[in-house]
Amino acid sequence: MSEAMPPSLYARNLSRSFGRREVVHDVSLELRRGEVLGLLGHNGAGKSTTLQMLAGALSPHAGQIEICGFDLAHQPAQAKARIGFLPETPPLYREMQVDSYLKFAAMLHRVPPAQIAGALVEIKRRCGLQDSGKKTIGTLSKGYQQRVGIAQAIIHQPQVVILDEPTAGLDPVQIRDIRTLIRELGDTHSVILSTHLLGEVESICDRVVIMHHGRIVYGDSSERMQQYGRQPGFIVTLLAAPELAELQAIAGVQQVEQLSATQFRVLHAPDSDPATVLLALAAQRGWQAKQLAPLQARLEDIFMQITENQ
Amino acid sequence: MILTIAFKEFRSLFATPSTWMILGALQFIFAWFFLARLDAFMQVQAQLAQLANAPGATQAVAAPLFGTIAMIMMLLVPVFTMRLIAEERRNQTLTLLLTAPVSSMHVVLGKYLGLLLFLLLIIADCALMALILAAGTQLDTGLLLSNALGLLLLAASYAALGLYISSLTAQPAVAAIGALAALFGLWLVEISAVDSDSTWRAFSPTAHFQGFNAGLVNSADLVYFVLFSAVFLLLTIRRFHNNCIYG
Repeated sequence: MSEAMPPSLYARNLSRSFGRREVVHDVSLELRRGEVLGLLGHNGAGKSTTLQMLAGALSPHAGQIEICGFDLAHQPAQAKARIGFLPETPPLYREMQVDSYLKFAAMLHRVPPAQIAGALVEIKRRCGLQDSGKKTIGTLSKGYQQRVGIAQAIIHQPQVVILDEPTAGLDPVQIRDIRTLIRELGDTHSVILSTHLLGEVESICDRVVIMHHGRIVYGDSSERMQQYGRQPGFIVTLLAAPELAELQAIAGVQQVEQLSATQFRVLHAPDSDPATVLLALAAQRGWQAKQLAPLQARLEDIFMQITENQ
Repeated sequence: MILTIAFKEFRSLFATPSTWMILGALQFIFAWFFLARLDAFMQVQAQLAQLANAPGATQAVAAPLFGTIAMIMMLLVPVFTMRLIAEERRNQTLTLLLTAPVSSMHVVLGKYLGLLLFLLLIIADCALMALILAAGTQLDTGLLLSNALGLLLLAASYAALGLYISSLTAQPAVAAIGALAALFGLWLVEISAVDSDSTWRAFSPTAHFQGFNAGLVNSADLVYFVLFSAVFLLLTIRRFHNNCIYG
């Protein structure tokens, strides 16, 4: 993920309206090579419209999109050949068999005829569709249809993979499988995915962009988002609980709250680390420290905080 | 790329049971009509033989058969064109074609050719049925060929119009009714023109088919059909292209 490499996807000041309603306003995005970017937002935040524009299914009313250096508006054939897109509703022909559908998708994306058979076997292995080749798409379950949708998006080995809510409507096992697949994709391709599941962002995205009312309101790495607007602290369990004042006296501690007879929540300043001091004191004074867990801010809270701040 | 899309369309037509049902029903209607015409011809054959320039079996049986199929095409083509774009838009599968590195022209021509291939099959099937007459009599191959060509051109122009109407909507039923209404209107233009030289008649595809039906390959009719198809195909390509702009 070197910064020197040119971005595989570059979008500048995208805007799009439907009638008088402006759905996407002045959105700029950059996707680096081998990166998984999560596009977060409430329903109706403009995620799908943005992704459709990036994939070339919808033209923006203003702004410019470049895929691996090719302008989507002026060199659509070259740019589109480098994109794989899974829309919110997978574009599946229900009456077709999985094999012939994937073959058709490969031919549409100009995979050389000699390589199609190989690509088909490989993609079915990656997406867990080995036994479904001869099945009619309409008879597959939702999870398998979603896999076929992902398979059609990556069968031509595109540099940029755009996935619109790839795990929507799947059961937990399927979600886990698809997330593993996306994580794998992130090693070789650049992936941009939209979701409203915060856990998904946590587990697979390198970077997060939050959209709210058609605008980008936040963009940072996934780890840093988890630190957003949160005071550092920890929860400590001391079996032989001391006085509250004793804990408060430790350098750097700003606030101590007793959660139960043995549990305390300690908040401290970002630049100090009273945990080690506390543990040392506990050993010295026999507080019987049992557990010390850093405070985990729930992504939901952070997300709400960011979107409400706007 | 055009052929890839054309073959896919052609194959998916046969993947739906309704296509087979329609083909079966059509075959039944064709055969019924063919036998009825043949029966009538057999009855008057003795009297016809006394005439100096009597119509042969091709003219008395095959040509009217093609005339009937031309009428049936008017009802049949909208049933197939309605799916082409409207259904893809409703099922949201159009995205696959829109995001693939394929131009709008290729998509539209591919879909058009796929349907033409299917219609050609129906026409060839009729021609085969007429060829059975060769077992009992001398056939007028010229008349037969001009009829087949005329029918193909007629079907091609209907398909182009139907494809365009299909590209305007996301509801296959609306596309079918729209195409049917347009074709019916064009037919009404022909039959309501009292004067056979009326310029109004020149707008109607059915009027241009009559020459072919009588064994007359007129270049004006040929040009009409080609222009008619080309105009609607261009309109469809334009509309398909605008799909990205207006969503």
